[in-house]
Formats: sequence, structure tokens, C-alpha cells
Amino acid sequence: MRLSTLLEYFHVETCYNEFKLFYIMRVLMFGWEFPPHNSGGLGTACFGLTRALAARKIDVLFVLPKRVGVGASFMNILFADDGKVRFTEIETTLRPYVTSESYVRLRDNIVSDIYGNTLMQEVRRYAMRAREVAKNEHFDIIHAHDWLSFLAGIEAKKVSGKPLILHVHATEFDRTGEQGVNQEIYDIERMSLEQADGIIAVSNLTKERLVKNYGIPREKIRVVHNGIDECDYLVTPDRLSELKRAGQKVVLFLGRITIQKGPEYFIRAAKRALEYDPNILFIVAGSGDMERQMILEAANSGISCQVLFAGFLRGEELTAMYRSADLFVMPSVSEPFGLTTLESIIAGTPVLISKQSGVSEVLVHALKTDFWDTDDMANKILSVVSHRSLKDTLWGNSREELKKISWDVASKKCVDYYEDILR
Amino acid sequence: MTSVCFYFQVHQPFRVKDYRVFDIGQDSEYFNDKSDRSINNEKILHKVAGKCYLPANAVLLELLKKHPEFKVSFSFSGVFLDQLEEFSPETLESFQKLVATGRVEVLGETYYHSLSFLYSPEEFRRQVALHRAKIEKLFGVTPTVFRNTELIYNNALAEEVEKMGYKGIIAEGADHILEWRSPNFLYRPQGTQNLKLLLKNYRLSDDIAFRFSSKEWSEHPLTAPKFADWVSQVNGGGDVVNLFMDYETFGEHQWEDTGIFNFLRHLPDEIYKNPDNNFVTPSEAILRYNPVSLLDVHHFMSWADVERDLSAWISNPMQHDALESIYRMEEGALATNNSRIIEDWRRLQTSDHFYYMCTKWFNDGDVHKYFNPYNTPYEAFIAYMNALQDLKLRIHNFQPQKSETKEVPIKHIS
Repeated sequence: MRLSTLLEYFHVETCYNEFKLFYIMRVLMFGWEFPPHNSGGLGTACFGLTRALAARKIDVLFVLPKRVGVGASFMNILFADDGKVRFTEIETTLRPYVTSESYVRLRDNIVSDIYGNTLMQEVRRYAMRAREVAKNEHFDIIHAHDWLSFLAGIEAKKVSGKPLILHVHATEFDRTGEQGVNQEIYDIERMSLEQADGIIAVSNLTKERLVKNYGIPREKIRVVHNGIDECDYLVTPDRLSELKRAGQKVVLFLGRITIQKGPEYFIRAAKRALEYDPNILFIVAGSGDMERQMILEAANSGISCQVLFAGFLRGEELTAMYRSADLFVMPSVSEPFGLTTLESIIAGTPVLISKQSGVSEVLVHALKTDFWDTDDMANKILSVVSHRSLKDTLWGNSREELKKISWDVASKKCVDYYEDILR
Repeated sequence: MTSVCFYFQVHQPFRVKDYRVFDIGQDSEYFNDKSDRSINNEKILHKVAGKCYLPANAVLLELLKKHPEFKVSFSFSGVFLDQLEEFSPETLESFQKLVATGRVEVLGETYYHSLSFLYSPEEFRRQVALHRAKIEKLFGVTPTVFRNTELIYNNALAEEVEKMGYKGIIAEGADHILEWRSPNFLYRPQGTQNLKLLLKNYRLSDDIAFRFSSKEWSEHPLTAPKFADWVSQVNGGGDVVNLFMDYETFGEHQWEDTGIFNFLRHLPDEIYKNPDNNFVTPSEAILRYNPVSLLDVHHFMSWADVERDLSAWISNPMQHDALESIYRMEEGALATNNSRIIEDWRRLQTSDHFYYMCTKWFNDGDVHKYFNPYNTPYEAFIAYMNALQDLKLRIHNFQPQKSETKEVPIKHIS
């Protein structure tokens, strides 16, 4: 072999190895606060995905809205050992699930005048600040989670010229249960989705929604189902064991009490089920703009003493609540994914989910119902509380199934997508 | 000399409709679904009769006329015959015509295609007696060879069946039982004196029943000459090739366009091309051949799934619960002496109900899903347990009336 050929060969090999060993992809991610400071599945998803990406040797520069009391220092601790994830904060009053009305209420309580007077102003201000972050950092790709950070992603793309991936956890149609879609939010979503280089949807359900309601071409959307990592969940003892020893069964609704989550169907199914078995305690855990209405509805139905409102729970209280239940019910009208169902299974409780949910695509061992079919829901609730064997079989099988629904799987799909987009 | 012994299983359960908790105490018709779903028993029966029973019977009748030595055997569940009487008398007639040729043997089984032997030997004996009476009434013949539900079998069953007067019994030729031995001989069940055991040659049987239309199979397409050649290869190494399968293989599991009917139509000609080959019924095989050795089957085996065990019906907690619940009701149900209550209690014993609750491979959308008319095993369980709850209520509330029908007495054949 001639020396030059040998060198050429060697050179190529070296480059390839270099690429494999030393080339590190860096992601600029616009995300939301991690548990336990989060207020819903979005923060949990950001955390699970970021950690799994770090484990795949991806550098993540994680930008998040700063809030009083908690912040990047807490999150840095979570990733202290791994050095792959760095956090940057932007001061803002934005937080997940905020609505235009709730933003204004919140804004009224703040004296500082740096924040926008309306939600839209604040979203735009956040985007401008994101632009500055992007200017000063090096990265290969931008990844933004849900509409509040979409404009930030767009600005980062403009200033850096790097490709932008938008990760859709929920659309305005999901949040509003298709009633009273906010045109301004819809416009931001649609414009951003059109400008993005790639879109990740958390389910096929969401993908179809983007095609149908936003006119996005199917081939521009990749589905990456959420995951769950068992190690994040401690086993907490059941706190209602006294009640349950007395023969009470517990059926749980856990989520924001908003139109999207279908709380009224839960109350109606409760009323129907209680006609047949008065020994069931229905617990509504969460808060939201329909809470008062739901309390009234339970009262009007004469079932107030069997329907308890537990408020918003986190941490140990949350896992203890999951564990206390005999069945977790998610009657969502429109649920892009539904991470709470997976949390419930980890805590030891099987699930009844609405067919109109993304998680239904990956979870076979669940009872499924149409959210409006409260008779069917009641029938299934009554079966679970009266047949221990049903609960045990459902739970045992779903527990096995969870092993296939991990963030590791989800992060692999994200990395593959990054590579496809960068190619 | 190699004898080919065909046995076709013919069974349809009374599937439970989508029976909700609100129906308890209101509606005691558990099996009368009228929807388009595949739990509509009448609809299913008509569909399968059209695709399988009638055309397959026509082919068999044609073969019996053409070949004076051609023979086959059937085992009909009682609940299947009930559905023929109710929904499709013309199909019943076509089966009667086959049996009337004298070259179609009918086997004995439990009337309700049940797992009763596992839970109540008394109820098992009653159901076998009921089945025998039904066969005598509809076909004018008395079964002398027994096959238990889904070929569930062990030594204890063989002993019981011998006591009941049968000459032979049928089981799966499972590898874990046979080891180095061949299914192509007769065996003597451990613990019996005269009973003879016929074992299914599952490789050749499944070539027809499962692999016939499988394009991934290296032997695809399966032709009658090829199959006859495989059968002839047994010559010298066995007495009888037992081809046992669901009758629905013809036209229902393997659709007509796969060529399954043509295969069946040409098979006897091809088998007869080797003058050493012939056809026998199970009772003829028993007369003609002697067992080569004892066969010890301590644990239950069956012809289901790769495990060939009971796990298709009894593995998860729901299945255990459902089975224990139905057999716990035995005393109460029989004590009513009410024929409708007892009939419903027995129809709810059919093994298919428990099969539908199986979650073993629910993940992979396999054969269990194919055979499951419910959306999920959980829905099958929910409907079943609700119906059971209603039955319990009926038993509890039952007030005895005059002029009740009598149970069929247990009478052993000799």
C-alpha cells in the first residue's frame, strides 16, 4: 500500500472517530420548571427529557423563566454530577398554563414595571430576552416547549440561524376544550409552527390536531410519546388506610380543574356510581377555574359527602394520594398525552382513561372510555371497586407495560430527529 | 400402513353481551346482543355457517360419496348445537346428513364446552351425560371416544373417562410429554386398564390449521400432494396420523380464497395414491391398533398456545376470580331446580369466557386478540362479572314453583 493511501485511510478513520468521540451536539432548550416546583406535566416532561438527553451525551443549555423563590440553583443541583446541562434564567412572570385573564390578575399584584401589562406583551418581552441569550451562546439546534416559549425559539432562530424544533405538549384547542379558542394564542402557535424546521408532537392525537387545526403538513411532524422513569418516584404509604379499612373505596381525579380535563364528567360518573355503591369516596385533587363550579355541582347532586376536593398536591402528598386510590380516572375531553396516568401506575393504582388521550396510544393495559359516556365510566369504576382481581390484573400488567415507556426511549427519538434536521 | 384420523372441533360459545352494572336485576338475557359487534351470537353463527360449515360440509359429503372408505369425525359442543337449532336448522341438517353416512363419528365432550373437570367433577359428569343425550337425540349415535374441552387432559381425567365407559380419549401430542416418543401411536393412560389414548400430531395438524396461508412459511403454498407425501413418510414409523383441528379452519380461519377447500377436496385422492394409506375414525383406530406404552401425564396439558397448558384460561387474577365465582354458585344454582337459571349458569361456564379475559399476550395483538370479540380482556371480565351478579341475585330471589324440569340422570354407557 502506498503511503499516501495509508495516510488518507488513516485520516478518514481519525475524522470519523473524532466525530463519534468528540463531537457533542448542543441544544438550546426553552423549557419550564422541574418538579416539584412545576404545576403540571409540562415541567415533568422537560425534566425527564433533559436528563435522558444528558445521559445520551447531549449538551443542553436550558433556559427557563425565573420565579421568586425557586430557580436555576435548584435545577443545577439536580444535574450537578453530570455537567451536560447548564441553566440560564430569564426574569419573567410567565408560567405554564397561564391564561390571559389569570396573567392580568397576577400582574396586578406585582409592583415592578419591567413585565408586560398583558400576557401577549410578556410573551413578546420574554422572546426578546431569549434573543440576547441566543446571541451569546453556541449551540446546534433550538428546542422549545409549548406556545409560551415558541416566540423565544423563533427569535433565537433569527439571531443564530440554527434550526428550530417546536415541541407541542398541548395546543390552544386542548386547553380550551375547543370552546373559546383565543385567537391571538392560536395565531402565535400557527405562525411559529409554520416557521419551525421541525415539530415534535407528544402523540398521534396531537399530530392529527396540528394537521387538522393548524394546516401543518404531516411529514413535518414527528411523534415522540412522553415517558416516565421509575427512579423519580418514591413509594409513599397510603394515607387513607384507616378509611379504607372501614370499607371505603377511593376513586381519584387528579389534574387541573379546567374544561380540558373533563372534571364535570367525573362528577357525573360519581353520581351514577354512588347510586349503586355508596361506599366510594371520589377525590378531586387539583385546582383550576372550574373548581367552584364542580363543588356546586357535587352539592346540587347531593353527593358532597362522598366527593372531596383535596386542592393542589405535590411531592409526597401527591404520591400518597395516588397510592390511596383504587382507581385513577382521567376523563379528559382532550388530552395530548396525560403523564399523570403513568405516575398513578407507578404509585400502585390502575387507570381509567379517556379514549381521547395520547397516553391511550402507548398504554394497552388501561380501562378506556369516551369522556362523555359517564354510564360506561360508572360501570367500569364500579367493577374495579367491587372486584379486587380486576384491579390487580390491570395494575400488574400496566406496571409491566411502563417499562417500555421510558424517557430513554423518548430521548433517543429526539436525538434521531435532531440529526435528521441537522443533516 | 398409515391411517389418517381426522377430528374436527365444532364449537361456538354463547358470548355475553355488553352487560352493564345497571342491567343487574333489570335484564336477565345475557347472550342476546343484537349489535353489529362480534358478540352478536346469531350474527356470528350465520357468518361462520356461510363461510365454513355449509361449504365445508358440502365438500365432505362429496368426498364421502366419492371415496367409500373415506372417514372423518367431529366433536360438537352442546352450546353449538343449541345455536344451530335456534339460528340455523339447515346447518344442523347438513351435519346430520354427514353423520347419517355411517362414516362420520361423533365424539363425546362436555355439553357446555366447560372447564368443569377442573372445578367440579360432579358437574363434569352431568355435562358429559347431557351432551351424550343431545348427540343421541340429534344424530342417533352414542359417542365412545371422549375429548375434553380444548384437549385439556391428565391422568386423572383419563381415569374418570374410563370409569364413565369410554373406550378412548383424545389429547394433544405435546413435546414436553412425548419427549422422544411419537404421537403417531396409541398410548395407554397411566392409571387406566383398557382406555386408549390418541395424540394430536400437532405439526401436521397445524400445517393446515395455522400455516396453510402463511406466506412467511417456507412450505407455502401447501398443496394436497405435498401434504400427502408428508403423511406417507410416517409409514413404518407410526400407525395413525391424528389430524385434529377446529372445523372453522376451513373457510373461517383460512378463507376460501386461500384455496383451503380445494386442498380438502383433493387430499383423499392424494392420500390414497399410496396404497398403504387409509382413513380411520378414532374408534376404528382404537379397534385396529394397540397402545405401544403407558403415558404418564401428571400435570394438565391442552392444545392452546405454545405453552400447551391451562394459562390461556387460568393465569391472571381475573380469570381465577371469575372461575371460582361461577363454580361457587353450583349448589345454589342447582338447588333452584329452575331450568332457566341452571341453563344460564352452565352457559356461563363455557371456556371461551375465560379465554377472552386472558392478558398473556394482549400486548402483541396475537391470536388471543384475533379470537377476542371484546375490545379488551378487562371489558370481557366486566361484562361477565356483571352478568354473574345478576344470576346470583336470581338464585337468591328464586321462589320454587311447581312443575320444574328434571335434571338428566347420569347414566354410564357400557
